[in-house]
Amino acid sequence: MIEFRHVSKDYPGGARAVSDFSLTVPTGTLTVLVGSSGCGKTTLLRMVNRMVEPTSGEVLIDGQHLSERDPVELRRSIGYVMQSGGLLPHKTVIDNIATVSRLCGVSKTESHDRARELMGVVGLDSDLATRYPQQLSGGQQQRVGVARALAMDPNILLMDEPFGAVDPVVRRELQRELLDLQARLNKTVVFVTHDVDEAFLVADEMVILREGAEIVQQGTAEDIITAPADNFVASFIGAAQGNRVLHRSSKDPAVVVDSDGRIQGRLEA
Amino acid sequence: MQWVGNNLGLVAELTLAHIALSIPPIVLGGLLSIPIGWLAFRFPTWRGSVLGVVGVLYTIPSLALFVLLPPLFGFPILSELNVIVALVIYAVAIMVRSVSDGFASIDAGSLRAATAVGYGPWQRFFQVELPLAGPVLLAGLRVVSVSTVSLVTVGVLVGVKSLGYLFTDGFQRRIEAEIVTGIVMTLVVALIFDVLLLALGRALMPWSLLAKSRLRANEAV
Repeated sequence: MIEFRHVSKDYPGGARAVSDFSLTVPTGTLTVLVGSSGCGKTTLLRMVNRMVEPTSGEVLIDGQHLSERDPVELRRSIGYVMQSGGLLPHKTVIDNIATVSRLCGVSKTESHDRARELMGVVGLDSDLATRYPQQLSGGQQQRVGVARALAMDPNILLMDEPFGAVDPVVRRELQRELLDLQARLNKTVVFVTHDVDEAFLVADEMVILREGAEIVQQGTAEDIITAPADNFVASFIGAAQGNRVLHRSSKDPAVVVDSDGRIQGRLEA
Repeated sequence: MQWVGNNLGLVAELTLAHIALSIPPIVLGGLLSIPIGWLAFRFPTWRGSVLGVVGVLYTIPSLALFVLLPPLFGFPILSELNVIVALVIYAVAIMVRSVSDGFASIDAGSLRAATAVGYGPWQRFFQVELPLAGPVLLAGLRVVSVSTVSLVTVGVLVGVKSLGYLFTDGFQRRIEAEIVTGIVMTLVVALIFDVLLLALGRALMPWSLLAKSRLRANEAV
């Protein structure tokens, strides 16, 4: 369980990234922080592995104050996936995946065995083991990033816009695989994105943020789509523009259209 | 050519001496430059002054340095140590900027990733920052290498024998072939050093070549 207790973050120069933020992320759930860029969602994520220290307030993992933990040791115990994979360009795929276990003192052979196993888990061909990141496609890099995060089997996974840099088709594939993976592994995941559709797809719990990391609404995707808390949420999830409200087409009742008359799909008989 | 044939032994001996004198300044200059260049990179307020001072060092004429150093360090003017220390100073003068640029060239995302996965500060420096700065460091070291190999010849003016001896001796005795041999052999040594450094770079940083070829492939598209 991850708890944010009245957390604030001021940057030098007076910019307030996060203002009195409180949230509990239950163990084994995937919580998505959604908001437009600059709303403070990445700052919140980085507080969990002490890449950012809150100016005031506390972050706790399983009841323990993070300020009591050694930052380096803490980071090794948490999986971190970032945009474009965040791979080290001078290490091969297998060495990238083995990075965390090597840092934790696991032998090279054992780390590599585990890394090879993880390549299978995230759907990477074992031929890619000796390639360098720049020889991989965006989607493959992202899979390596996920494998690296899972290397030490951490309880917590932090995902910072992990699929932001890949094309829509690959993104959908990766999102579905993340769901499969999460169904099997049951990690406590904090997932940051600005893509509402991504949030609707992967979230157990959605937290919609506006500037200063102010929580505008929190709930399941169903809660949010059926009862947006205010105009900000309605507009942010696209409900205000009418493309979340669907009805049968007047021309063909099997076809579903949005309020603008744009075809969105068909109803299954 | 006849002169060369008659003096093969001398040329070989001077070439070896030249190589032996060139290696310590390249290695020591390179090593010393890493902390200095890193400081210049890490602390932007010092950057200007550090690079300024280091730049001025390079403008000191080598003969003046040969005279200035002995009283400072307490070794005789006519000694190999005098030449080596002077050349280390020139190496540092060239290399510090490359080191600073090398660290600045590292992608911030890679560094953040390294911190996020749990590299401690020292581990991150030696296992991530230094290797990623590597290609720029190597480029700097190649300049240092060529510069050092050519500057070693000046040592002959303080009695330290190298291929430079062929210049002064050839000049005094008006043997053109001897002077030309000195020039050619200095170039050959510089070339061999450069090829070795390139090979070392390829062996240690195979990934850096990939990055370049990919860049070129992208430009071509």
